[in-house]
Amino acid sequence: MTKTSRRIALACLSAGLMAMTALTGVAHAQSINLTYLIPSGADGVAVAEELVKSFEAANPDINIDIETRPGGSEGDNLVKTRLATSSMADIFRYNSGSLFQAINPAQFLVDLTNEPWQADVQASFKQVVTAPDGTVRGAPMGAAMGGGIYYNKAIYEELGLSVPKTWAEFMANNEKIKEAGKVAVIQTYGDTWTSQLFVLADYYNVSAKDPSFASRYTAGEAKFASDAAALRGFEKLQETHDAGLFNEDFGAATYDDGLRMVASGEGAHYPMLTFATTAIAASYPDMLDNVGFFAQPGDEADLNGLTVWMPDGLYIPNTTSNLDAAKKFVAFVASVEGCEAQTRAGGASGPYLVNGCTLPDDVPPAVSDMLPYFAEGGQNGPALEFLSPIKGPALEQITVEVGSGIRPAADGAALYDEDVRKQAQQLGLPGW
Amino acid sequence: MAVMTETGTASAVPLPAMKRRSPYPGWFFLPAAIIYGVLFLLPTVASLYFSLTRWNLFSSTFIGFDNFAQFLREPFLIKGLVNTVIYAVVTSGLKVVLGLLLAVLLTSQIAARGYLRSVVFFPVLVSTVGVGITFTVLMHPTQGMINEGLALLGIKGPGWLVDPNLALFSVALVDVWKGVGLATVIYIAGIVAIPKDYYEAARIDGATSFQNFLYITLPLCRPATVTVIILSFIGGLRTFDLIWAMTRGGPGFASDTVASVIYKQYQAGFYGLSTAGNVVLFILIAVLVVPLTMLLNRREGHE
Repeated sequence: MTKTSRRIALACLSAGLMAMTALTGVAHAQSINLTYLIPSGADGVAVAEELVKSFEAANPDINIDIETRPGGSEGDNLVKTRLATSSMADIFRYNSGSLFQAINPAQFLVDLTNEPWQADVQASFKQVVTAPDGTVRGAPMGAAMGGGIYYNKAIYEELGLSVPKTWAEFMANNEKIKEAGKVAVIQTYGDTWTSQLFVLADYYNVSAKDPSFASRYTAGEAKFASDAAALRGFEKLQETHDAGLFNEDFGAATYDDGLRMVASGEGAHYPMLTFATTAIAASYPDMLDNVGFFAQPGDEADLNGLTVWMPDGLYIPNTTSNLDAAKKFVAFVASVEGCEAQTRAGGASGPYLVNGCTLPDDVPPAVSDMLPYFAEGGQNGPALEFLSPIKGPALEQITVEVGSGIRPAADGAALYDEDVRKQAQQLGLPGW
Repeated sequence: MAVMTETGTASAVPLPAMKRRSPYPGWFFLPAAIIYGVLFLLPTVASLYFSLTRWNLFSSTFIGFDNFAQFLREPFLIKGLVNTVIYAVVTSGLKVVLGLLLAVLLTSQIAARGYLRSVVFFPVLVSTVGVGITFTVLMHPTQGMINEGLALLGIKGPGWLVDPNLALFSVALVDVWKGVGLATVIYIAGIVAIPKDYYEAARIDGATSFQNFLYITLPLCRPATVTVIILSFIGGLRTFDLIWAMTRGGPGFASDTVASVIYKQYQAGFYGLSTAGNVVLFILIAVLVVPLTMLLNRREGHE
């Protein structure tokens, strides 16, 4: 009795399921479904949603579903795994530069060299999404960023400080801020990646003194520990720690804490990439005008310039079954309308890399402070990870150690050189 | 003790069953054999091979024992190895001591015994990552409830998870809090199984309760002690989830264990290297635990 009724129930259930599948199949028969994989994070998701909305309005036959993935090294792994198992979304957003090189672009990504919109993409971006075989495989997603130091303008005004052009001036400012009983430098090792900024954002100063560093570093000839200019980044981190400039809870504070502190004036300086402007605008809109930005100072005032990060790229994996529709979306993002949609959703955080894209006039001070470095007569240069395919994965732990006073700067740099060697071997580079 | 002698004689007698044919036909074993082969045997062999290659998921190059050389040269690995052993010894030691004391308490005639027993066991049932995240918040150096509580007493609490000398022990303490319930339950079972006759005889001889504990309870629940030590020692050696949830091996490399070093190599895309690390971890556990088991079981046999 029970057995029969269970069987009937099962039969009904499966019949129902089949009917439902059939129905959904009919409903979507007219339109093309695409999936779009992005790193999670409130600001990034908002931008993606706005892009998809504007695109779907113009292309009613294409429907795009957004998928999110974790960021950081966990996300790197996920992207590599999905590519290797042919299960990647139709379009995905991922880093350019050294991380782009690590996903074997020539093997897995669709060649976008001859797309018409590439004519309007700036060469500086194309070079960071170019596979080893010389083909361009990506489109710019987002604005160029600077790596440097956010500062609280209210504190600067109150203490009568001016934006430092050299490291000595920066440390002098820090002393005054500390004497005034305030936190001079915010560090947030609860999110370990934030600890790398003093080292990474110092690269303009390295290249200003030694333009050949990147190529010698890639060839295995230049080392952080033995190159005086490159070692400075680690030394600067140690100096700020030894001078006792950090917030008391620097070991446990998080990135979000850091943004709050620099926006509200709980701290004066926060070394960070300028993508944080979007996050400050979203979380503390009324304090956004308090936040300014300057490049990490070097040792000489006339060599002052900004270390620049290229935005992420949009890529299409070879395995997509809707190549034409995916290309349409990528073309939309790399167009002027694409830039405008991004500005609408996330506010302007820096200059776009598509010709014809402009920034609104009322950009926040953190963005307008950054623009002179890009203008005529300004000085900027790409970060090391866009000039060399090698970035050691343990840098963030090493900089936490140096910044916490566990390991001296020279030791940290030597340890990082060892880490870099491992990465170079994994990439199969010659000379390692 | 009688039981043990029986097992001893039974195994000494040659088993006639060995010569008899299996009652099942060959195909009967096939499904299990296939599952075992595909899901267990094949990956094991494959991982041994991949540990000898430089592997990026897309392609692999055979490089011999370079990965092992690299892994053993890894500057943080020695620290990771030492940390792993410290962590295993501290957690299993504390679990034995606290578990036994709690079990003695919870087998005595106290009020609400059943309720108290389940309270001790509750943390075992909670997700490790959840426990880790909760304690990370509680142990925050300035806003954490622990240090705020200490501040009320006028004590400046340490940076539980951010002080490199303390981080590993803080995590170990949380591990003990979470795992001691299991040890307690095992001990309760061991203590309850001790025949009451011994205690009655001891009472007639005028033994104090301390003597009862030392000469009856402690030696007679040795099987429970062995189980607790082995389980928590192995658990401590391969611990990962709690450490990752609380410190990610940090600050810097201060609380790295072998498992977290391996995971970081995997995250960084050094797949061959992390596979080699797993082989090393497997050997480490075998080298430490096999002699430990033999030692503990032999002592048991002598009594």
